[in-house]
Amino acid sequence: MEIIMSILAGILFSAGVYLLLQRQLLKIVFGTALLSHGAHLLILTMGKLNRGDPPILEEGIKAYTDPLPQALILTSIVISFGVTSFLLVLAYRAYRTNKTDNMEQLRGSDHD
Amino acid sequence: MTNLIFLPILIPLIAGTMFVFFRKRLPLVRAGTQIVTILNLAVTAFVTYYVLENGTLVLQTGGWDAPYGIILVGDGLAMSLILTTNIIAVAAAFYAPYSLDKGREEFYFYTFFLILIGGVSGAFLTGDIFNLFVFFEVLLMASYGLITLGGTRQQLRESIKYVLLNLFSSILFVTTVAFLYSVTGTVNMAQLSVRVGYVNQTGILTTIGILFFIVFATKGALFPLYFWMPNAYTKPPAVISALFGALLTKVGIYSIIRIFTLIFNGNIDYTHTFFIVLAGFTLIFGVAGALSTNNIKLIIAYNIIPAIGFMIMGVGVFSELSLSGSIYYLIHDMVIKAALFLLVGAVAIVAGTTDLRKISGLIKEFPFLGWMFFIASLVLAGLPPFSGFIGKLQLLQGAFENGHYVVAIVALITSLLILISVMRIFILGFWGEGMDLPQNTRSIRPLYFPISFLLIFSIVLGVGAEWFLPYIQQIGVDLTDPSVYIDAVLKKE
Repeated sequence: MEIIMSILAGILFSAGVYLLLQRQLLKIVFGTALLSHGAHLLILTMGKLNRGDPPILEEGIKAYTDPLPQALILTSIVISFGVTSFLLVLAYRAYRTNKTDNMEQLRGSDHD
Repeated sequence: MTNLIFLPILIPLIAGTMFVFFRKRLPLVRAGTQIVTILNLAVTAFVTYYVLENGTLVLQTGGWDAPYGIILVGDGLAMSLILTTNIIAVAAAFYAPYSLDKGREEFYFYTFFLILIGGVSGAFLTGDIFNLFVFFEVLLMASYGLITLGGTRQQLRESIKYVLLNLFSSILFVTTVAFLYSVTGTVNMAQLSVRVGYVNQTGILTTIGILFFIVFATKGALFPLYFWMPNAYTKPPAVISALFGALLTKVGIYSIIRIFTLIFNGNIDYTHTFFIVLAGFTLIFGVAGALSTNNIKLIIAYNIIPAIGFMIMGVGVFSELSLSGSIYYLIHDMVIKAALFLLVGAVAIVAGTTDLRKISGLIKEFPFLGWMFFIASLVLAGLPPFSGFIGKLQLLQGAFENGHYVVAIVALITSLLILISVMRIFILGFWGEGMDLPQNTRSIRPLYFPISFLLIFSIVLGVGAEWFLPYIQQIGVDLTDPSVYIDAVLKKE
């Protein structure tokens, strides 16, 4: 199971990196979203996918799944939500100001 | 007593949140920020003195014992860096009201600023690697706010790259923490150190170590990964550039120092040789950038890169002497980079441009500004009475003692080129024929106070080296022996 999940995370990473290298700004934002999905899936996988009950204390349960990676993922998800929403607004604002969403036209360092 | 080390995080975060409610009442917020930064400096100075005299303070948040809860570790290294951070914060709090426009100040500049200071202090204090990630995000989110504040065309253009790159490296950080958790089963730094030492750092742990290095090298702008930094740091106003140049990259360097002295110290031949090679390239490429441009802010921004090269060189050499040299240089560089950014900010205000070819003869009108810049240049280049000298001396001594001659010679040549790059600003900008100065409505006299505050601290750090050196050498000794940290955290008798 870990192998399949690792391969899936790898696919998400490669798709994310491919999108990051695109010219259109929105595709790049989608790329970062895929990358963070890949990272979160990887945290879950790296915590070992042993069979067990959800980590809620109840009578008569012997084996639980590892609660720590789930807490780490939850933290990481809200952080990447925050950053992604900021990035989307920034992309919109930059599009309005610079009149382009093409990263090729956003390069260079003109010495104002 | 141990609860005191939480204050450097708590005071700025609470104050920053409070100021959200009064954003239009600028006199209140300005005075409040100045009072809060001074208070925070006083508290930090007291805690730092206590830690340096009595040893590490460890706060187990929530009362959970060390490997299970989140812990904050106030050791000598962390506390002295937080003290430096707060000195810079005081200078920035007094510089900002006289240099920023009203719009920027009203749109939560002071809130972002204080949260940035809180995040930086948290990153220095934390003893938990996932918590380090969270504090990195706290300070990065504040820096995203600051870098886009004002929303000029150029700022937006560069901030997209800045946000994307930091987002990518944060994702890599989380992934690497996941790998490390999978191998060791913990995220507490002290316990990680024990477990990594227990298995004697195998190949997979070295790989994870290098991944961490890539993450922090991106945040800290090291040789192949510095491309995003100079432009992004120079587009916002001077006080924001100063905060970024002084604090953000240095948190990356601190993380490298912490992780590679505490956790990944088993396979030194491989990782640390790699650091020395990268340090050499970082020195050369950074100073080449500084010499290649005529934009005065960009010259200072490029000068951040060779300074980071010096510190990584100290980590690569990995002796007590070179590590304490790295720490000394780190503290010196935080202060002097902030001072230089504030100085070129003042120059840009009086000259109305950042293009060095259009500035000349400022010394006639602004002699005090000119001589402050002259002293700051000498401090940066590391001339003997000043603070840059002692750090570099220890670094070079360490490098020669351990047989790293090439990088030491590169470092010496780089120092000369750094001096040339900043002296160019002094010679071309302050000497020569007087230029037609634009009519400024604002006087720059209030800006002299925060700059001279930083410069005086910098000079004291150099001239009074005997007072600071024993503490910093002790930090260097402690860094080479991870058991000091581990015993303090895990309370082994």
